[in-house]
Amino acid sequence: MENIGALSILLAFCFAVYAVVASVIGRLKKNSFLIVSGQRAVYSVWLLLTVASGLLIYSLLTGDFRLAYVAAHTDSSMKTIYKFTAWWGGQQGSLLLWAWLLATYSAVVVFMNRRKFRDMMPWVTSVLMVTETFFLSLIAFVLSPFAILEAGRGNVVEGVGQGLNPLLQYWTMVIHPPMLYLGYVGFTVPFAFAIGSLITKQPGDAWIHTTRRWTIVTWLFQSAGILLGQGWAYAVLGWGGYWAWDPVENASLLPWITATAFLHSVMMQEKKGMMKVWNMVLISGTFFLCIFGTFLTRSGVVSSVHAFAQSPIGKYFVMFLAVGIAATVILILERLKYLKSEARLESVVSRESSFMFNNLILVASCFAVLWGTMFPVISEAVTGEKISVDAPFFNRINIPIGLALIFLTGVGPLIAWRRSSLESLKRAFLIPTIAGVALMVLLGVLGGYEHPYALVSFGLCMFVTATIFTEFWKGASAIRAKNGIGFFPAAIQLTHRNTRRYGGYLVHMGIVFMFIGYTGAAFNQDVTKEVPTGGSFDIGHYSVRVANVEHGENDTYLWDRLDADVSRNGKSLGMLFPERRLYKASQQPTSEVSIRRRLNEDFYINFAGASADGRRAVIQAYVFPLVSWIWIGFWVLAFGTGVCLIPNKVRLSYARTQVVGVAEKHATVEN
Amino acid sequence: MNTYWKFGAIVVVIIGVLVWLAMGGVTESKTYYKEIKEVRQMGDRAHDAKLRVNGYVEQGSIVRDGAQVSFVMHQTPGVLQKDPVRLAVVYNGIDPLPDTFKDNAQALADGRLGQDGVFHASKIQAKCASKYEAKPQMKSPQMKTEAQPALTQARS
Repeated sequence: MENIGALSILLAFCFAVYAVVASVIGRLKKNSFLIVSGQRAVYSVWLLLTVASGLLIYSLLTGDFRLAYVAAHTDSSMKTIYKFTAWWGGQQGSLLLWAWLLATYSAVVVFMNRRKFRDMMPWVTSVLMVTETFFLSLIAFVLSPFAILEAGRGNVVEGVGQGLNPLLQYWTMVIHPPMLYLGYVGFTVPFAFAIGSLITKQPGDAWIHTTRRWTIVTWLFQSAGILLGQGWAYAVLGWGGYWAWDPVENASLLPWITATAFLHSVMMQEKKGMMKVWNMVLISGTFFLCIFGTFLTRSGVVSSVHAFAQSPIGKYFVMFLAVGIAATVILILERLKYLKSEARLESVVSRESSFMFNNLILVASCFAVLWGTMFPVISEAVTGEKISVDAPFFNRINIPIGLALIFLTGVGPLIAWRRSSLESLKRAFLIPTIAGVALMVLLGVLGGYEHPYALVSFGLCMFVTATIFTEFWKGASAIRAKNGIGFFPAAIQLTHRNTRRYGGYLVHMGIVFMFIGYTGAAFNQDVTKEVPTGGSFDIGHYSVRVANVEHGENDTYLWDRLDADVSRNGKSLGMLFPERRLYKASQQPTSEVSIRRRLNEDFYINFAGASADGRRAVIQAYVFPLVSWIWIGFWVLAFGTGVCLIPNKVRLSYARTQVVGVAEKHATVEN
Repeated sequence: MNTYWKFGAIVVVIIGVLVWLAMGGVTESKTYYKEIKEVRQMGDRAHDAKLRVNGYVEQGSIVRDGAQVSFVMHQTPGVLQKDPVRLAVVYNGIDPLPDTFKDNAQALADGRLGQDGVFHASKIQAKCASKYEAKPQMKSPQMKTEAQPALTQARS
């Protein structure tokens, strides 16, 4: 069976190569027969990879321990769901997932556009399939998911498998990797359209309109992937953090930042015909950062919490990146004259410039994170000494950047295009500014002046919230006055008229909630205590009593459980049950923390181990103010993104710009 | 033109501030990645800089005393206590030690070398001693690359 799997991958590789060749030659020779055969090859790639993935999943579920991959990532006692997730639990399987997802996306793209963009599509197909070929060459020739152990060849008795790392046996880990991959892989599509549009010298921004939904959905997947990772780190790793500026976390953040910049700057192109080159750079950058992120996770070039072990595939990624980036840069330079801006920047106080500052800051943040992540590699190359930078470096740059961004979140959407007068600024921002400053003064008086960043952050969050509310209020009031309906129906109608704009506000609101959650970290409290059974200790206004320690065992692990009685200000809040487990297959101990989640603060308790004499439990307790708002913010963000995807009730058409000479160019724009 | 000058000036200011912040951040948090051997070779300089030292935890050397944990690290795995390339480490951080931190594990200790020659760690990361090594029959070229489980960490 493994032979069929390996053969499918090999055939898929051949079909992918064929799709590239057929599309390019078909396009150049104007041979539509070849072009169609290239498209059919894309479907075949998908079919073959589906077969290969199905076989791997079947082997994982049935525990075919002759296969190296199955033996290394599952064991017979694991739950079925985790056996399934072992598909992406290791290097080879996750590369197969990458390739399968890309094949799926490609097949969907080819199918949806089979009668559209006749001259651009063959190029789109070939860009997609070049990327596919790269990943398939890795699993076909370097790291096969279907490699067989010597044990399986009859030399030695089969084992029962090594099991999945127990830390990964947690629900968010079931969906975190596929979400991130959906995000990573998805950016190949807008990139392919961008390249197709460059090669065929398209004057307009058809590629942006076509891929708008792709980009938004992909961005949502990526946001979800990152947030799930944070949720996992928070609930599983036992130190209560959700972000450590670890290289692999950074790798997932980098393309997210450039994608966010791209989502904003395409509006400049759609509405004003500006920043065309920049958008090409951003989408290409995002795509290559996705590949780079995959590379960073797998090559072991920087040590990290998540890193798959050292492996030989790093050099292939470097080659792919080098060739890909060089080709893209040359292509963009070659086509510069087709990417001329149609308008000029007229004022520093305008929507245009707020978009530009938003982009500048986002890209600066991306660059800083990249620089910090690669610092050990760079410093070793330059000075010969391996020097790494840590969380303080990243925080120092990114906290001010975050504050500036949240400020622009409030300012950008309300400021006028072209230029803004002092009068209109006052009209738009007087109330939000007063609200923000008032909150800062209030919190400052209550003692917040000790945390200046947190104070500013809360003030800005208030400011942005107020701008968003005034926007909804103004629009909905007008509709209410006209139609005589209630405020909420009016707000819904308003949103439906321009989903992109008001959905965008909702996304911004989600970001504000997340900022509130992140800011709460300034007030975290923690304590580590050794406590005997019956003993107790205090943290903040909580106190914890260890009522009992229980022991037990099941098929997968041994466990010790703490029955902790929690009370606040003398009032009982019930029990928490942090647990320590020792997994049998891997002999790895893990901690299962217990969390009391509330909107104002989480109480978090970790059973870290037993003291040296074994009589006392080592307990870590934490208070995390406002942390729930991060997850709430994510749901609001996801909802807002969903709203953005709903078509408008009425399609609005605007003249793109009033600048003389280009006025004949009208674009249908959904805002 | 005027608009572009103004815009350029703001851009320069923003980038200047960020570069200034970045340089401060590097100075504050830069950590030298060293092997135990290299720490010895650094001489006095070793006491001034923040270090991240890589080594293997000596069998039976982990001593827990309240929240404080001390242990001995070696340059190479599985050597005897006579090995001269060793480093005594004391960890006083708040965060729990990672679950993978145990005898023979590969550890990364972040901290400073005290004048007494003891390394005061504020953060420990650990990789399990390869659990597959004891089972040679399971080895294959693919297995070797997969054999190291994820690193987990504690921080202070």
